[in-house]
Amino acid sequence: MHKTLIRSFVSSLVFLFTFTVTAVAKDVKAAFVYIGPTGDHGWTYQHDVGRKAVEAAGYKTTYVEGVPESADAERVLRQLANSGHNIIFTTSFGYMNPTNKVAKEFPNVKFEHATGYKREHANVSTYAARFYEGRTILGTIAGSMTKSNVIGYVASFPIPEVIRGINSFTLAAQKVNPNIKTKIVWAFTWYDPGKEAEAAKALIDQGADIIAQHTDSTAIVQIAEKAGIFAFGQASDMDKFAPKAVLTSVENNWGPYYVDRVKALANGTWKQKDTWHGIGDGMVVISDLDSAIPADVRTKVNQLKKDLASGKVHSFTGPIYDQQGNLMVAEGKTADDGMLAGMMTYVKGVEGDIPK
Amino acid sequence: MIIDINFVGLIITSIMASSVPLILASCGELITERSGVLNLGVEGMMIIGAIAGFALMTVTGSLVIAVFGAMFAGVLISTIFAFLTQTLITNHVATGLALTIFGIGISAMIGKNFVGIPGKEFPILFGGLKDAIPFLSPILFGHSIVFYFAFALPFITNYFLKKTKIGLIVRAVGDSPDSASNQGINVRLVRYLCILYGGSMCGLAGAYLSMIYTPQWIENMTGGRGWIALALVVFSTWNPIKILIGAMIFGGLTIIQFHMQAIGVRIPVQFLTALPYIVTIIVLVVISRDSRKIRLSTPSSLGKSFYKDH
Repeated sequence: MHKTLIRSFVSSLVFLFTFTVTAVAKDVKAAFVYIGPTGDHGWTYQHDVGRKAVEAAGYKTTYVEGVPESADAERVLRQLANSGHNIIFTTSFGYMNPTNKVAKEFPNVKFEHATGYKREHANVSTYAARFYEGRTILGTIAGSMTKSNVIGYVASFPIPEVIRGINSFTLAAQKVNPNIKTKIVWAFTWYDPGKEAEAAKALIDQGADIIAQHTDSTAIVQIAEKAGIFAFGQASDMDKFAPKAVLTSVENNWGPYYVDRVKALANGTWKQKDTWHGIGDGMVVISDLDSAIPADVRTKVNQLKKDLASGKVHSFTGPIYDQQGNLMVAEGKTADDGMLAGMMTYVKGVEGDIPK
Repeated sequence: MIIDINFVGLIITSIMASSVPLILASCGELITERSGVLNLGVEGMMIIGAIAGFALMTVTGSLVIAVFGAMFAGVLISTIFAFLTQTLITNHVATGLALTIFGIGISAMIGKNFVGIPGKEFPILFGGLKDAIPFLSPILFGHSIVFYFAFALPFITNYFLKKTKIGLIVRAVGDSPDSASNQGINVRLVRYLCILYGGSMCGLAGAYLSMIYTPQWIENMTGGRGWIALALVVFSTWNPIKILIGAMIFGGLTIIQFHMQAIGVRIPVQFLTALPYIVTIIVLVVISRDSRKIRLSTPSSLGKSFYKDH
């Protein structure tokens, strides 16, 4: 009796072991942790589109949405790692410390953290997109098409990502039209349609005839449509929300990267790395250009898109001065990634101060 | 900077448009509170109205069905509250909070299929007169019917409470349910109806957001406006006309702040976000210093359960 019990226990252990080993080798299970609801039609929505691409490539995926960037994140990560997921994508900046902490406890699970910079363990990679390249395109279009020379810009929070976008946009707009002014309104929210709409209205009332946004909802392009002016979509193609107003959108395209990484893990070629992809690698996608954009601007934009993709043109090419006129990037040089990652000053030509 | 009169008109128009959901929800909640019931579920009822309106508009294609459907959805969800607090005599505060959490959750669940769908254009009235008179035209013309209704509602509510017999009954039930009951008034029935009416107005407020103000569905899109509406009722000392003024102030804060930013004046955003609540606390402190005034304005039985009925 005793013996048979031990025997069956051992055999079941062996069975379990072989089962898990083959499971790891064949079925990679990917998990995604989201800061918002998949229904935000913005940041999280686009990550979920990427997750669906992984699913379409034949891998099992799960996701947890609305995870706060607190101790809750650690708990969720631990649970996912414990329940047989081999690769976990954490898709918000605030998951940086929880990701690294949990990664230490689960060396066999791979962790991929979006928009962060800490890779404390060999099983943590980071990835982000060079959205500022997209904003160079938007700035070029805005500078070419504004009639009032006032361009509105609804910003979210004063962090390097957003300030980099404002700078990139303004530099590109000034290049084609030195007389433009970029008026910035900080909404202090990533998405609150009502507030974003109010911010956009304020900018329109003050003379802006093109509005750019670094918040996630589609409220701004709808307000632009009503007012009969132009706007740009954010995160996803917002054209159907405002067919006349939206000139183009900058789309976050995570799918190819996600599929790539999950495949790499399945093939055993996954290695730690830091990825910062732009237009060239297809992580930043420019939606179809609207027919309202004149032919010459269209030609210019298409060329610019190619040059940004090939690396021939860099969004931050000197000479670049800050608001006080101090040289930030010398003539002929380009800003390095370190400078871009920590950018907390406006370039010359942006109006106002960065709120504290 | 030269202040252009048309520019001021545009700002006032923006402020009025943003205060519409606050006026609707507050006027509804005011009637509920005047009958002695404290329903903290305003945010939940608004978000239910928002998803119901948007979903019905998308599915049926009819704006009329959508608007009334949103109001009906508000009635439905407030029925739960009414049943719990009036029939099962649960605590008003706890039930109201539960209603808000429930509303946010269930709207997100229903809303899953409606994300990323553009809304329909809502017809405006007197659109042709939009440029007829400088300054006044944008304020008076070219708005949706809900907008005009919202600005008439405080006056209607005021008339209803002060001049009609039913209004008197509602006030009696809120101030002294026992005496009202002794007079042969069915306190529970009156409170039921007031709760349902409040629900319908909150539903309409939500529909305004998802169908007219920013025609789209996004989770949690009411963004705390229900709480502001609740604060507004207290701020108004249960007077509908003051709701109108308060809604313009509360709704205007963000808009003025955005305009100041665009001009280049900086005020800490956190301060402005907190301002409606700070103002409400100040108003509460001021009215509670005068015991006679507070007795006159606050419904005496507010938030207290009524057990006895015939």
